[in-house]
Amino acid sequence: METTTTTFELDKTFPGIVMADTRSGYEGYLIPSDQLLKVCADLKNKHGYDLLSSVTGVDYLSEGKMEVVYHAFKSSGGPALVFKCQIERVDPMEMPSVTSIWPGADFQEREIWDLYGIKFTGHPDLRRILMWEGFEGHPMRKDWKEAFYEEEKKPLKSRWPQGNHKYAETKTPYGDNVRFDAGFDPEKWVPTDPEEALYTALKKFKTEVKDGIQTDHIIVNMGPQHPSTHGVFRAVALLNGEEILSLKPVLGYLHRNHEKIGERNTYIQNIPYTDRLDYFNSMYNAWAYSLAVEKLLGLEVPERAEYIRVIMGELSRIQNHLILFGMLWNDLGAYFTPALYAFEERELILDIFESVSGSRMMCNYHRFGGVVRDVNPMNMQKIKDLAFDRLPRKVEEFDKLLSENEIFVSRMKGVGYLSPEDAIGYSVTGPTLRAAGIPYDIRRVNPYGIYDRFDFDIPVRHNSDLLDRYLVRVEEIRQSIRILQQALNTIPEGPIITGKPSYQIKVPAGEAYGRIEHPKGELGFYVVSDGSANPYRYHIRTPSFVNITSLEKMCVGTKIADFVTILGMIDIVLGELDR
Amino acid sequence: MYGKGLLKGLSVTFNRFFQSYLEDIRWLVKKYPKVEFRSSKDTRGTFTVEYPEQSVIIPEEFRFVPFLVYDEGEHGEKNIRCTSCGICAKACPPQCIWIVRSTDPETGRPVPQPAEFYIDFDICMNCGLCAEFCPFDAIKMDHDYEISSYTRNLADKERLMKPASYYESIRPENFKREETAREAKAAAKAAAKA
Repeated sequence: METTTTTFELDKTFPGIVMADTRSGYEGYLIPSDQLLKVCADLKNKHGYDLLSSVTGVDYLSEGKMEVVYHAFKSSGGPALVFKCQIERVDPMEMPSVTSIWPGADFQEREIWDLYGIKFTGHPDLRRILMWEGFEGHPMRKDWKEAFYEEEKKPLKSRWPQGNHKYAETKTPYGDNVRFDAGFDPEKWVPTDPEEALYTALKKFKTEVKDGIQTDHIIVNMGPQHPSTHGVFRAVALLNGEEILSLKPVLGYLHRNHEKIGERNTYIQNIPYTDRLDYFNSMYNAWAYSLAVEKLLGLEVPERAEYIRVIMGELSRIQNHLILFGMLWNDLGAYFTPALYAFEERELILDIFESVSGSRMMCNYHRFGGVVRDVNPMNMQKIKDLAFDRLPRKVEEFDKLLSENEIFVSRMKGVGYLSPEDAIGYSVTGPTLRAAGIPYDIRRVNPYGIYDRFDFDIPVRHNSDLLDRYLVRVEEIRQSIRILQQALNTIPEGPIITGKPSYQIKVPAGEAYGRIEHPKGELGFYVVSDGSANPYRYHIRTPSFVNITSLEKMCVGTKIADFVTILGMIDIVLGELDR
Repeated sequence: MYGKGLLKGLSVTFNRFFQSYLEDIRWLVKKYPKVEFRSSKDTRGTFTVEYPEQSVIIPEEFRFVPFLVYDEGEHGEKNIRCTSCGICAKACPPQCIWIVRSTDPETGRPVPQPAEFYIDFDICMNCGLCAEFCPFDAIKMDHDYEISSYTRNLADKERLMKPASYYESIRPENFKREETAREAKAAAKAAAKA
């Protein structure tokens, strides 16, 4: 259950520099910003904290402080090391960037700059990432208000008892939440070019003379409307002929500031919202969020609920990987045959989700301290039919259909290489990391729930190319079926939730980080509570967002056509990439 | 042999291809709509359902936009169960429920009846939290998902109200469980009074 207790004592290792965080309910250490780089370098090089999982900001408005929270892990396993760096909340706020130590902090620091306005000195490419260049303000700050702002927190007072319905468009979108500089004249305002910084960030456009012929490097935009990007994702590549010289992903087309919405919501209202992050795996999102809040509440989950969570989770993992295979083949030109074969099994799994939770994709099934509804014997039989009979059969059929296909193998073998050191450095988790030879699976290295009871293997391969990432996932499906079979054989009867669920719970003040092994990698929820009914800070460390940091590294040197496959294999979902 | 893997894969496709015809013939002999068979573990052949002529089976727990339950009185009056306590409006994540509480015209004090009840179906995310936390079993999730229209879907009290018998027809097991619990509660109350 405990995933973030620290046995390694940072304040004793760096006496006089590092202080323990003594606020009630908080854990970890406070590092002054001028010593941050020194301590971090030591942490990575001497103490083995090589995987910086999550970096995020918190705005303590009333205390006049901005805080950046780091969660570092060892790739060999074990609990988190939480450390924080606080600065005065006076613009301009500056803090050293840790990208030189952990390159995986790249996008996460850009996100903090974008949403909180903390400048990271030494960051190689500090631009906005989710909002567009030229956006005014930093939306996650506590004093920033969105359009149609009504109240700081839900439930809104206008809904009851005098809830006369009003359409949003009849209201003024902006009230006192818009500020203009003195002397601002809209007539004379010239917008800055939002793309300029992006193209400057790619290597400078240059002309070469090769064999007496003048050659140009060209810039190619893939997306945001491109069938291979699985949504509104855009990548800008600088090409030399067909070869990629440098590549920058452009995100945020589906950005809705999920975290801001989450901080306006009450705790329970966030559960249906988490379903919309990675909409293929809503069972996992709510699980990770529940883990974090349960840690704050100190709730125990009943046995049967733990088993149900595992069963639903592993079913979800199987269908996620099946979709990936199907869509990958679609990208590679096999059109829809494998995709529809994959969808057939997925349909059967979604039928179970629908029957159990009420919805095929937006399950809204987990609650704090259990699950919302029991699985009745009819559904249990359906799951058993799948786990013991149909899925093992179909996985082998899928394997036969795809794995040895020569065209497929030649497109995948040796493409998109990422060295194990880079994979850890870029904070890559999930199947991509395991294909690089590192057996890092949170279910095993830092077990949550009841995963320590099951007998299963962590599939690992060592070539770290696309083929290996594919084969690791095939093996993962087989292991998921194994876990399913064990769970179905041993599931006990009993209650499915601790206590009576309430629509407004008060959560004790403190912070918690709940993380699980999502099919795409590590999914973490960082929740800070101030003791009220709404979370003070609600951050999601999504696997898609962090894994995409390594995209440029994997793509440089390959052909532009391989970009499609490499991106497909990272397995991104735009709902959680852009949040 | 180069190309062996390709042929192996194609054998799977061929197998499926023939199976879909065999299945069609098999279901021509039997009764055609094979929707029940579709969601079983042995399903084979064509998997798609010819909506709107056929549609997949809706499980009891399926949830779509909410409705308000009323009990039918002896003379056909509609006794709405809602007491306008506002719990659903407070629990609603996208805040799409708008309730105006009734007041007694003489005393000016609140009456446990909603004067107006709106649900903005365009905003509703079908999460079912309102139905989950309603202490009076007054708001429930519907099964009717064919609500597309040319105008916006703002449902008022008239449109939301549906009889308890309808609720029983879509969710028989839930209905039975709730009725037993209510009767037990009423009996306990009567026993406490006596």
